[in-house]
Amino acid sequence: MKEEGFRPAIELSDLWAGYNGQAALEGVTLTIEEGCLAGLVGPNGSGKSTLLRVILGLHRPWRGEVRLFGQKVDRARRLLGYMPQVELVDWAFPVSVFDVVMMGRYGRLGPLRRPTRRDQELVWHCLEEVGMTDLAQRQIGELSGGQQRRILIARTLAQEPRILLLDEPFAGLDAAAQHALLDLFNEVQAAGKTLLVATHDLTCVAGCFHHAVLLNRKIIAYGEPETVLTEEILNATFQTHLLLVNVEGKTYVGHQ
Amino acid sequence: MSAISDLTAYLTDPWASEFMVRSLLALIMISVVCAVIGSFVVVKGMAFIGDALAHASFGGVAAAFVLGGSVYLGAAVAAILTSLGIVFVSRRAGLRFDTAIGVLFVGAFALGILIVSRQEGYIVDLFSFVFGNVLGVGQDDLLLIAVIGAAVLVLVAAFYKELLFTAYDPAMAAAAGLPVAAIQYGLLGLVALTVVIALKAVGIVLVVAMLVTPAATGQLLVQRLHLIMAVGAGVGVMSSVVGLYLSYHADVSASAAVVLTATVLFLLTFLFSPRRGILGLRRPSILMEAGEGYGSPR
Repeated sequence: MKEEGFRPAIELSDLWAGYNGQAALEGVTLTIEEGCLAGLVGPNGSGKSTLLRVILGLHRPWRGEVRLFGQKVDRARRLLGYMPQVELVDWAFPVSVFDVVMMGRYGRLGPLRRPTRRDQELVWHCLEEVGMTDLAQRQIGELSGGQQRRILIARTLAQEPRILLLDEPFAGLDAAAQHALLDLFNEVQAAGKTLLVATHDLTCVAGCFHHAVLLNRKIIAYGEPETVLTEEILNATFQTHLLLVNVEGKTYVGHQ
Repeated sequence: MSAISDLTAYLTDPWASEFMVRSLLALIMISVVCAVIGSFVVVKGMAFIGDALAHASFGGVAAAFVLGGSVYLGAAVAAILTSLGIVFVSRRAGLRFDTAIGVLFVGAFALGILIVSRQEGYIVDLFSFVFGNVLGVGQDDLLLIAVIGAAVLVLVAAFYKELLFTAYDPAMAAAAGLPVAAIQYGLLGLVALTVVIALKAVGIVLVVAMLVTPAATGQLLVQRLHLIMAVGAGVGVMSSVVGLYLSYHADVSASAAVVLTATVLFLLTFLFSPRRGILGLRRPSILMEAGEGYGSPR
């Protein structure tokens, strides 16, 4: 609550959810403010993907409530943009880069309506934002790992969301591609959008994100990275010993 | 001179008889519908369910035969019930999809055999549905193929973007607010209808080839779903024409000749396709860009 004009973008209250009777989320309560770049951190199986799926309305919680800008999620679905994990996408599917980004428009278009000129222009604009206009007619299977993330982000942007939920966008990227992606997130955030990014990359969250959410079925901690990323909290989250190193004001996280 | 007139006769003779023209028209329509639906089948790996629905429809065909109802209606009911049953059982019982397919389609097929085994004398007519008898397609069959085929194509055109999005990325489509379950059931229904109109012409055993082979040939050549549909339709129509000539001049089963022609076209494409053919020029574009294209032309 540092800035003026604070508005909650995502409000979760006492969310319980799981699969086949196994709880994946146990009473998650969390508020993320508008215009925030928040990192969602936790070990495998900590419920990061489940949390994103519940916010998206893809998975029904056992109890609890999701509100987006004060509205219930089924009314506010259009405020959301979603980028799934890259491994979950069928890259052999016969569609072009342009087709995939255009799919971001389909939810808004509704049935029986063809994309308009405005939709086309918006898709080109989103491709431009992620620097992929040259590859618009490529089949998606021909893209590199970094390019794959970029078109999925372009598709997310084409949804014209106010909130972006991104599942593991950094996984499998080299350092240069990670930095380029992070710059892109900063641009999107500077344009007034709210981002919630599930990631394993603690160093990245420590250095570049406004807020960190530490999740292990429950919220272990939430706040600015400097205050939240302590050894004590990290060890409570990951249930293993992690090492924090501070070099010239930057925090690095590693294993012992 | 006589060589030319021989050739002309060779090419025109088959179309002098009305039943040959009817067969050709039926096969052309079936080819186009099968290529459009088959493209979804191929990219989603649904070949098994296409085959299963064809076999399951035999239960309906046999029942309709005995009860004296419309064979097409029987086939459609059996195929649609089986496809709904497959989705229902696999979801509720937590079984893998192909397990549910394996259980239910053989059950419906066995029901057909059971019914037929009580009948004597009708079996020859029934067997035209098993092995296909395109030359026996009548005026009413033709009308039915045209009407149902047109309906399938109109539905695909109207809901193309929903079908495409759901086939490509169901989770994302659901997140965007599309009714994914309804669209998936709808696609299965379209596969069932396509199988039904292809039944009489190519038969239960061969119908999956009409669904899969031309679209698979398209997938070797082009990289957008609607282009796969177009190439698949072309391959299907070409196979129909060539197959009917073969059938007429060599006096072989028309359905088998059409399917085999399509198979040969697929194999030729597989050998010589510029993109994926094993003898064609390879062009792995990412690697080429990185300056390490190892696929040198052979």
